[in-house]
Amino acid sequence: MNKIIEARNLAPDVKLFKIAAPQIANKRQAGQFVILRVHKEGERIPLTIADSNVQDGSITIIVQGIGKTTKYMNTLQAGDSIMDVVGPLGKPSHIACFGTVVVIGGGVGTAIAFPTAKALKQAGNHVVSIIGGRTKQLVILEEELRAVSDEVYPTTDDGSYGYQGMVTHKLQDLIKAGRKLDFVLAIGPIPMMAAVSEVTKQHHIKTTVSLNPIMVDGTGMCGGCRAVVDGKTVFVCVDGPEFDAHQVDYASLAKRNRSYLLQEKTAVEEFCKLDAMIKEKEYVRTAH
Amino acid sequence: MSELPIKDRMKIPRHHMIEQDAKQRTANFKEVNLGYTKEMALAEAMRCIQCKNPPCVAGCPVFVKIPEFIRKLETGDLAEAATILKMDNTLPAVCGRVCPQEEQCERVCTLGKKGEAVAVGYLERFVADWLRDYGKETAPAPVKSGKKVAIVGSGPAGLSCAGDLLRMGHAVTVFEALHEIGGVLMYGIPEFRLPKAIVQAEVEALRKAGVEFVTDYVIGLTETVDELLQKFAAVFVGVGAGLPYFLNIPGEQLVGVYSANEFLTRVNLMKAYEFPKCDTPVFEVKGKQVAVFGGGNTAMDAVRTSCRLGAARAMIIYRRTEKELPARIEEVKHAKEEGIEFIFLAAPVEFTGHDNGWLKSVTVQKMELGEPDASGRRKPVPIPGALETIPLDAAIIAIGNGSNPIISKTTPDLKVNKWGNILVDEKSMKSSKKGVFAGGDIVTGGATVILAMGAGRKAAQAIDEYLKKPEIWS
Repeated sequence: MNKIIEARNLAPDVKLFKIAAPQIANKRQAGQFVILRVHKEGERIPLTIADSNVQDGSITIIVQGIGKTTKYMNTLQAGDSIMDVVGPLGKPSHIACFGTVVVIGGGVGTAIAFPTAKALKQAGNHVVSIIGGRTKQLVILEEELRAVSDEVYPTTDDGSYGYQGMVTHKLQDLIKAGRKLDFVLAIGPIPMMAAVSEVTKQHHIKTTVSLNPIMVDGTGMCGGCRAVVDGKTVFVCVDGPEFDAHQVDYASLAKRNRSYLLQEKTAVEEFCKLDAMIKEKEYVRTAH
Repeated sequence: MSELPIKDRMKIPRHHMIEQDAKQRTANFKEVNLGYTKEMALAEAMRCIQCKNPPCVAGCPVFVKIPEFIRKLETGDLAEAATILKMDNTLPAVCGRVCPQEEQCERVCTLGKKGEAVAVGYLERFVADWLRDYGKETAPAPVKSGKKVAIVGSGPAGLSCAGDLLRMGHAVTVFEALHEIGGVLMYGIPEFRLPKAIVQAEVEALRKAGVEFVTDYVIGLTETVDELLQKFAAVFVGVGAGLPYFLNIPGEQLVGVYSANEFLTRVNLMKAYEFPKCDTPVFEVKGKQVAVFGGGNTAMDAVRTSCRLGAARAMIIYRRTEKELPARIEEVKHAKEEGIEFIFLAAPVEFTGHDNGWLKSVTVQKMELGEPDASGRRKPVPIPGALETIPLDAAIIAIGNGSNPIISKTTPDLKVNKWGNILVDEKSMKSSKKGVFAGGDIVTGGATVILAMGAGRKAAQAIDEYLKKPEIWS
């Protein structure tokens, strides 16, 4: 059992959790993840460690409520517990002084990119962060990224905040302006990572992406998270999660991530019905 | 009780296992074998002729004193029979169910030369189940050595090593990466062959006896082997093989292609057959065509699991013939009774998919048997031009496991071979690193539960000697 020390909303359906996990906090490096299971009938889901604190023995994760498990998680509060948390899993990010680096986060991908941005800054890089969201409310961790970046460019699809357009457009602007970019890290939805990869490939900029396949054990045992990189099968949990963006087969990854779409829908519907029922009962109880 | 002469003992026919009806059992996950009644067990025990130099004991990887426990059973002293069994086997209720007895104790049984071997496995199961349901563990508390040993991995190798070390008086902590203790016994072997309650009861017995279990802890990542050596006098690594091989043919990325490890883990450990009550889903195989590639126990487990999940057609596709199937005879028999289709002499060459990325079919190359290969089995060779396409919704690859890299990559001075298996001295299970022992599939590559348990026992013995004289490491 791992106690939730702090829980707060960052955006609609996006919640930050500080969880007691002292041993993981001691060990984790940027880019690594945990697998957690919320209760005894729960599934195992991978989540990147956004930050850690060795003093209070906590790790921070950021959850977007999409499936049943993440929606359930987002109902949890400080003081509640998570049944299982295991990690740190995966290889740490490759951190070096490249020169000028661009860290791109799309949606909650920003939470995954944040620890690596921090490590890249500490390694002496000039860090440019581009953080995107559909709309203003969905741009997260801006303040945190400002603390570890030399430049931060929020982008929104609808123009409600910052630069209007996609993160790739902002990246292209930087390239067009003649900026010398030595390394790009892109983390977010698969189409976004594929698009960034397309841009940087044309300009021969070394680029890394962090992949987010479906996982079960997270230690190499099941092979469910396999992806194709440079024409070869890799297990993202032990060989990754970060890979050379220009070698990843995004199309097959996107298809594999849709394997359980139908079941996910059923699970979410069941959960929402239950959630509505509980809320109604609570409403009736408090109303009386 | 009057002594029955040997010739009369040999006249008693072997008692067959009571099984759940084949048709009924394909619709549930309950255990297939229902066990002997007490009368059957006592009568089967009478068949043992108590050989002076029992070949069965030598045929057992953990050297269970088979004639001795059977003798006690025959006289009705079940408690003593259980005590004798437990002395050498930490997990008898498991071994009585999943050991390949026909290749070990029962293969060399004297009775087997002229007729049928004594049903050692069924008797072991009977005694172990009696102990769990009615008996009391009577092993005396050992003198505490004050030494602590860490065990990495809670599968058969680790549990057997833990049991022996505990009896020798050492404090034992077992670290497990998953959220349940038992390793392959929990995630791999299905409920219908090895009920999870049986595994948990064996684990509980060890916990009660004093073994400490730590789940959700990946040695190498959560803590390294070197860090363990600061707190423990010795470390045993029994992490299993656990990195599934794929076929390396086109189309393996298609949705619906699984490793047997993933398919079985989803169903066994995560209880996907109870979805949506349990959150983990598995490919919906109801009414679908499922093929399992491979011929071992894991392949049989996977194909029989898909049959229970409602597959319309569940088949084994194997590149050799029935004779070469590495699975236990009983598993093949059960699979056939359950309507599993066997396609022999066929090797997959390509998976093809629908536009949405889902599996559509497999193309297999038909084979014939050629000259014997290094394993002594006749090597399958392709028949030129003989290709066949089989429509398929799900494919499960059960062709074995490579070694997991987490420990070796984080323990640089631990020597491994080119496949990543940890190198050990075969007698002592000592690795190249002082204080570190290893055994089971991480050393041998994929093998059986009982061979892993044998390795765990050997290591326990060597660890005990090392703890007494830690200055010696050669």
